Amino acid sequence: MRLRLEVNGRRRSADVPPMKRLLDVLREDFALTGTKEGCGEGECGACAVLVDGALVNSCLVAACQAAGTKIRTVEGLADGNAGATGLHPIQQAFWERGGAQCGICTPGMLMAAAALLATNAKPTEFEIREALAGNLCRCTGYVKIVEAVAAAARAKPSQRRTGRDAG
Amino acid sequence: MRGDSSTFEVVRPRGLAEALAELADPDRPMPLAGGTDLFVLLNDGRAPARRYLDLTLLDELRGIESSSAGLRLGARTTYTDLRHSRAILRRAPILAEMAATIGAVAIQNRGTLGGSLGNASPASDPAPVLLALDATVELARREGRRVERRTLALSDFFTGYRATAARANELVTAVSIPASSLSGWRYAYRKVGARRAQAISKVVAAVGVSDPARSDRPRHPAAARIAFGSVAATTVRAGAAEGVLAGRRLDPAAAAEARAALVAHDIRPIDDLRSSADYRTLVAGRILVTLLADLGGFSAADLLAG
Repeated sequence: MRLRLEVNGRRRSADVPPMKRLLDVLREDFALTGTKEGCGEGECGACAVLVDGALVNSCLVAACQAAGTKIRTVEGLADGNAGATGLHPIQQAFWERGGAQCGICTPGMLMAAAALLATNAKPTEFEIREALAGNLCRCTGYVKIVEAVAAAARAKPSQRRTGRDAG
Repeated sequence: MRGDSSTFEVVRPRGLAEALAELADPDRPMPLAGGTDLFVLLNDGRAPARRYLDLTLLDELRGIESSSAGLRLGARTTYTDLRHSRAILRRAPILAEMAATIGAVAIQNRGTLGGSLGNASPASDPAPVLLALDATVELARREGRRVERRTLALSDFFTGYRATAARANELVTAVSIPASSLSGWRYAYRKVGARRAQAISKVVAAVGVSDPARSDRPRHPAAARIAFGSVAATTVRAGAAEGVLAGRRLDPAAAAEARAALVAHDIRPIDDLRSSADYRTLVAGRILVTLLADLGGFSAADLLAG
């Protein structure tokens, strides 16, 4: 099928099998390899992206189901939201607070955090932990990740525009 | 993904009649909604079908309708929809409580009620809650040019391990909860998994009791509806335990008798990769007395000791 959709604000299209995973479309057809494959069965969240603002595991979505949607991947997180370092405030907070170690879970963590902060500007620690509960990290013990999301939430709202509004 | 995704075909109907026409064909495709179960199989190289019927474009399967008759939940209602619906939070908050225990955000955004019921996993979390709510399932099929619908009690829907009373040409289109279940009853829910998120149930249960506060005999439930998952080949109504509680004062003695009846007659747990029969039996009984204690306003401490 001819798949047409918007990825990180750009119109894209590709000829793909309709049941190809969105994860593989992003990585193979659009060369967006920031989105990682961890478990391939919806357990780990490494492949999490936003589809029309909603967090999904891209290993569980058929390409055809993404037709006409607006996708945001980790590569698009900083687009229009970058600070002086070129990073999105959530990325900046992960960097400053040691929220990333090996890095495999980090793109999914960032997208889950972006989905949370798009609808909840002042999350409690419980809400942060619930929002990240589908994203597994085998390095950090989660404490620094939770602290990084809390720090990003404290950043100025104008620096945090993302998620649903930004598509 | 193990296997080649290019070998699969997808039909993407834009309306229900068109979708049902596909299911009327002997070479019918398999319905696909949120994909949270199907893609686990596909990624493992265990494709259950070659052709799929993607329901993404069927807006008529979406929406939560609240009326004097009760609640009607379209088959494509997601767990996120349940958590945020004002009608659910006001009239059936137990469904929102259940939805919050499914996977995590990304799964709740994709998984659907219709998909869960159609899969008929005995580990379904919505199924016991919907059974306690005395829900009905709406099935639609194509007869010539007409769309025919029928309604089944959910208690008659699960016929065996991952088997349902739906015919091959039928699609689950909605789940309804009667108004009679939404007032005068109180509900409690408990799921036990390996952790609080991203876990499939080892044991899951929902209990409803007719509201003691509305009775002229306080704390005497006229009826109880009890349902358990992950303890038998299907989600089950616990008829023996319900029988113990019918018309009884809801107190520790009744709860202890209900637990004994549950374990002896209502559940048939097995050993599998997630848990053991012994653990499930122990925990199912403890969940029941805990939920009954919550609903009856007494302490379960003595019943849980030892």
